[in-house]
Amino acid sequence: MEIAELSDLLVWAAATALTVAMIAFAVDLGRRTDERVGARATADVPATVGAGSDDPRVPASGTDGPGPHGGPEPRRRAAGIAMSTTWLGTAMLLLAIVMRGVAAGRTPWANMYEFTMVGSFIALVVFLLLNLRRDARFLGAFVTGLVILFLVVGLNSFHVAATGVQPALQNYWLVLHVGVAIGATGIFTVSFVMSALQLLRDSRDAGSPFLTRPGFRWLDRTPEPTTLESMSFRLNAIGFVAWTFTVIGGAIWAEDAWGRYWGWDPKEVWSFVIWVVYAAYLHARTTRGWSGRRAAWFVVVGYACVLFNFTGVNLIFNGKHSYSGIS
Amino acid sequence: MSERTYRPEGIADEFTQGTRGGESEAGAAPSGTPRAPRIGWRGMLRWVWRQLTSMRVALMLLMLLAVAAVPGSILPQRSQDPAAVVEYLGEHPTTGEWLDRFGFFEVYSSPWFSAIYLLLFVSLVGCIVPRTVAHARAVRHRPPRTPARFARFPARAAGTTSATPQEVTDAVAAHLRGRRRWLPTFRVDTGTEEAREARGKLPARPAAATVAAERGYLRETGNLLFHLALLGLVVAVGVGQMLHYRGQAIITEGRGFANAVVDYDTFESGAWFQPESLVPFSMTLDSFTSEFATDTVAFAQSRDFTAAVTVTEPDGSTSAETIKVNHPLVIDGSKVYLQGNGYAPDITVRDAEGEVAFSGRVPFLPEDQVYTSRGVVKVPDVSPGLDQVGLIGYFLPTAVIEADGSARSVFPLPEDPLLILEVYRGDLGLDDGVPQNVYRLDTANLTPSVDDDGERVQLLLEPGDTVELPDGLGTVSLGEDVPRFVALDLRHDPSLGWVLAFALTALVGLTGSLFLPRRRVWVRSWTHDGVTHVEVAGLARGDDLGLQPEVDRTLAAVPDLTAGPADPGSGSGSDSGAGSGAAPTHDPERG
Ligand code: HEM
Repeated sequence: MEIAELSDLLVWAAATALTVAMIAFAVDLGRRTDERVGARATADVPATVGAGSDDPRVPASGTDGPGPHGGPEPRRRAAGIAMSTTWLGTAMLLLAIVMRGVAAGRTPWANMYEFTMVGSFIALVVFLLLNLRRDARFLGAFVTGLVILFLVVGLNSFHVAATGVQPALQNYWLVLHVGVAIGATGIFTVSFVMSALQLLRDSRDAGSPFLTRPGFRWLDRTPEPTTLESMSFRLNAIGFVAWTFTVIGGAIWAEDAWGRYWGWDPKEVWSFVIWVVYAAYLHARTTRGWSGRRAAWFVVVGYACVLFNFTGVNLIFNGKHSYSGIS
Repeated sequence: MSERTYRPEGIADEFTQGTRGGESEAGAAPSGTPRAPRIGWRGMLRWVWRQLTSMRVALMLLMLLAVAAVPGSILPQRSQDPAAVVEYLGEHPTTGEWLDRFGFFEVYSSPWFSAIYLLLFVSLVGCIVPRTVAHARAVRHRPPRTPARFARFPARAAGTTSATPQEVTDAVAAHLRGRRRWLPTFRVDTGTEEAREARGKLPARPAAATVAAERGYLRETGNLLFHLALLGLVVAVGVGQMLHYRGQAIITEGRGFANAVVDYDTFESGAWFQPESLVPFSMTLDSFTSEFATDTVAFAQSRDFTAAVTVTEPDGSTSAETIKVNHPLVIDGSKVYLQGNGYAPDITVRDAEGEVAFSGRVPFLPEDQVYTSRGVVKVPDVSPGLDQVGLIGYFLPTAVIEADGSARSVFPLPEDPLLILEVYRGDLGLDDGVPQNVYRLDTANLTPSVDDDGERVQLLLEPGDTVELPDGLGTVSLGEDVPRFVALDLRHDPSLGWVLAFALTALVGLTGSLFLPRRRVWVRSWTHDGVTHVEVAGLARGDDLGLQPEVDRTLAAVPDLTAGPADPGSGSGSDSGAGSGAAPTHDPERG
């Protein structure tokens, strides 16, 4: 078997492992919910939420650990399985990326398929690293879910054979500019999940009729909205700096490859839009009346722009960035 | 004022009150309800300015900027693809006209887009100047006094030692300042406190030595640097726009061009550009080579383009250089880019009288990956009384003739070249003096040559061939060699270095402003029953995972530390949630 085919196979295998992980994460979230039903059900939902939780000035720097009312945490077997299969899936994805690079004889992030593969990998790595510092397993079902979606779409719709690249791409900026762009995308993926959960949890706490249904009881097991917001901010800050570098690096490269550093090519437009949206997010966070929920919506919009910049701009618009390899 | 309405969420009040000193009565004007000015136009102006420089308006403008940028990626833009704009206008006559009126085909230079970013930058100036002043003042402030009670702080640690409070203070202060004397990590104040009676919840305490320390002034510096660099960036880009020039020239192998406005096929420049500033070098294209993939996966994909040129400087010195994609050639501060390439077949047309009516290399522009290239030849009426002749055709570098007689190119290199021409005659408009697009032939008023069945005549020529033109128009021949052409783009923008410098400064400032921690640490030590007690408290701006470790490291700097009573000042169990790093005692590993 060709090494490139082996790489593709490994991506399928990783997607499978991650599916197991996603189910286990979901089971874990559901179970923990059941354990807490009693505590929660007796409480009048909108009124007492947050009561008894920690002083907002005390950062939840450790684990999310036992909830405010909870006793010692019961062992979470499903979560254990989920974490090990996530590690496994991530390792397989890494191997697949390396083999792809070997097969193509270059850096393995030069077309949409490879971008999908590496971006998914980064999202997983961010999630796993986060778990080394604190218990962030509540994110698992969503991060793995998104990654599976990306990988399957990548394999089915974006896949192209491993091969060399055209002269405009033969440059160390391919490694830097595109590499950092993928890194930022992976980071934004995880922070998007956090902000989305923040919005959901916040709505549930505020008594939204839809989200207070029993089916959303698992939301009680996610951290407080303020904790989610600060977790998301920390990632977004890193992502934003990486994106700033991506845009600057892209301009430096464009200056060499296309003879101008900025030309409002569709890809440039959307990279700019993303940058401005996340800058607006950083401002909204610190503007009275705009922090909290509204700021979180910026993250959602920003991430939507990131996805559109990757898919829509590559496939619909006809710009200089038409490197998908898909005709 | 912006910095009044601005009070970050999650920032501890102690912080705002401390550094922002006088500005901190933020609640004075509730931001939701701007006070209507009743004091004439000056009050009005002040009100407008205050609004413009508020965080809320900056946020609105940022959002507007993002939205306003989008149409330019959806609609064709004149600066990039003027032909597509014309086509769009033809397809959507009414909407197109309205869109055009409002600048939607030149979004990024339209009045509304410019208005948004100019307002944003005015707002930025109004925001940044007072903040810079305030920061310059804050930098000279001393760290805030050591608070009486540490219990309310999010990070705490305590221990005991046999060292005296003075020794503790010295060691901790040295640790907090760090090794760089010119740029201490923390700014540190040391002091003493009188003995204290029991008061309310506070237990009695003997006289104590205190340390108050603060770090993170660079965070605000970074933020200001970032915003100022953005201003610089926009100015540098604008100046570059005014001074730049750009010219395009198509040259074929063995030929050259000189760096003069008239020698370019197209030339554009900014308003402040002076034609005399062109350095009069000249350049000859010695050869052009290209490589394409031959493997089945990526068949015919381009792999390398190299133009070998000889540059002659104004002083007569020559040098051999190469230009590649991604590797522009820099001459006298201008950059020369390899933007395109193709074939320029050598075509000669003789009219019915046998006179040479046209002879020259005609660039055929490639239209696809295998260099199916399209070109036109406009033959003037050299001998009196004859029609002008137009030839439109395709050049196929490696041609394959299909069973049905149609031909196509299968590879971009000239392995089996074929030129296919259709012939038109009539008035090409060559004598009108109207500038014409050399790559287009308007056939509307011309008569095509057809054969007996009414089909268009197609002439096929291989290199070296000469064939008769139909209708007795003469002959056409194709030269033995097929020269290559390159499209060169020469560009000069004196602001490039500034643009890059400001962009990188912004990046550095941003990194500082987002990642430099802003923390305060206080230490108090006193002696009781012959043992020195030490307690440490920390406060950060917002949620800071590194705060407790910082407090722990501070305590660990105390000499001869022994495990002490857990958190003497706190007296509450609320610490339990703080988890791993928060253990209040420490193993006294040190010396
Ligand atoms: C060109 C437009 C602007 C851009 C692209 C921009 C971008 C940014 C970015 C990326 C940050 C994040 C850095 C940080 O959080 O420390 C930031 C922070 C900040 N910006 Fe702007 N900004 C712009 C205009 C303005 C204006 C007009 C104001 C004042 C009205 C302003 C006030 C601030 C303040 C106060 C912060 C600090 C927020 C904090 O403490 O985190 N900015 N800006």
